[in-house]
Amino acid sequence: MLKILFHDPLRLGLAQAAAAALSALIVVFLARKRGIHLEKELAVALVRGLVQIIAVGSILLLLLRAPDWTSVFLLTAMIVAAGATSARRAKGMPGAFPVSTWAIACGAGSVIALMTWLGVIDTPITTLVPVGSMLIANAMNTNGLAMNRFRTDVLAHVGEIETALALGADGKSSVASYVQGSFEASLIPAIDSLRSLGIVWIPGLMAGMLLSGSRPLYAAIYQFVVLAMIFAASGLTSLVATLLIRNRVFSPAEQLVLRPGNGA
Amino acid sequence: MLADATFSVHTGETLAIVGPSGSGKSTLLRLLNRLDEPTTGSILLDDTDYKQIVPQELRRRVAMVTQRPFLFPGTVDSNLQFGPRQRREVLSSARIDELLASVGLAGYASRDVANLSGGEAQRVSFARTLANRPEILLLDEPTSALDEDSRHGIETLILEITRRSPVAASTPDIASANPQLTCVLVTHDLAQAARLAQRALVLKSGHIVKNGPIEEVLRAEDSVS
Repeated sequence: MLKILFHDPLRLGLAQAAAAALSALIVVFLARKRGIHLEKELAVALVRGLVQIIAVGSILLLLLRAPDWTSVFLLTAMIVAAGATSARRAKGMPGAFPVSTWAIACGAGSVIALMTWLGVIDTPITTLVPVGSMLIANAMNTNGLAMNRFRTDVLAHVGEIETALALGADGKSSVASYVQGSFEASLIPAIDSLRSLGIVWIPGLMAGMLLSGSRPLYAAIYQFVVLAMIFAASGLTSLVATLLIRNRVFSPAEQLVLRPGNGA
Repeated sequence: MLADATFSVHTGETLAIVGPSGSGKSTLLRLLNRLDEPTTGSILLDDTDYKQIVPQELRRRVAMVTQRPFLFPGTVDSNLQFGPRQRREVLSSARIDELLASVGLAGYASRDVANLSGGEAQRVSFARTLANRPEILLLDEPTSALDEDSRHGIETLILEITRRSPVAASTPDIASANPQLTCVLVTHDLAQAARLAQRALVLKSGHIVKNGPIEEVLRAEDSVS
């Protein structure tokens, strides 16, 4: 219907964005009816997301002409931005930003580097940056989930953790079960994506490749490749994040510093 | 929270720390266990600044039993093994039986902690702490979450393990396992302090306002109230 009303591609795109945003606003309205207030957070996220993606789209136009080595700077900037974004999910956690940034750099960064070296990801900037950004974005989500789950678990089990410390355990041992729980919980979306691939959903990358004329079998295999890379990047990120953050919640004298009332 | 708090605890004695809510009693106990860090001053253990001692070793020697037992999911046995396991030690089943018998829970080793009553859980918490063979026992309101019967049972247990009870002679294993066990008891209950301690220290608004033999301190408190 929108295609009948709008012929100009830019206007059509904006109309499509408005229609999609409207569906999100319906969810906000229904949530509000149940006393859950998402208005502010969602409004900011929608506007921010739209502005960011338009800006990125414009930058991508320029990138088509940029030299390939500039990918490194772009991907590094994306990792830092992802670290800052997911650190917000860990309010009160000491060192959430450096931990998140290092975790995403180790997780997504190493997978991008290795796969590019192996030739799984093509080196032209027009391929490397979009595929790399997919890995970074998923690593960011996983990192946010891991940090958030760890923070919630620690705050809910201060008594148990301090009891373990009082019995002579070190900090690492006293939060070991919460580290494991956070790692497992953070990987649920990535595992579910792999499990349901092709059955519940056909991911955007494969759809795009099909639309642009790629052979369906190659498109399908490459989509699996991307999801496997996402899983590897996310898993490594979560592993690094949980290992780094478990040391940050204790002082050098093995005292729990993440406690209710300590800014958490 | 605490200011100008200078006092000593003598080997083998039970010192009660009493005072109203918010006076700093639990904070003081957390500082002694080094769960919190003193911002100024120092705490000495046998004339050694306790910061010179590895925290895990300090907490094994100066052990704490909290108001709520916070047992770890699993069996009573696995809870008792927790402390020694941190030092890669395994308690023999004879030692487990001995510890459980000393807290009145003989035969409980294989029980799931989820099925214990409040009083039983607190007894397991005591046994778990004693499994580390501490030199000093810090007790933070150990009976305040219990009913009257359980409270009486835990008080008897405290007297037994500090070897001042008439029944202490019947539990020589505990005396030998914990020679010269020193105890610091935080309580808001003056009568309990009188039953369990030889000396008391009264805290008010983070300051020590009295420190002396239990009868003397209680008499002074009675005359104030």
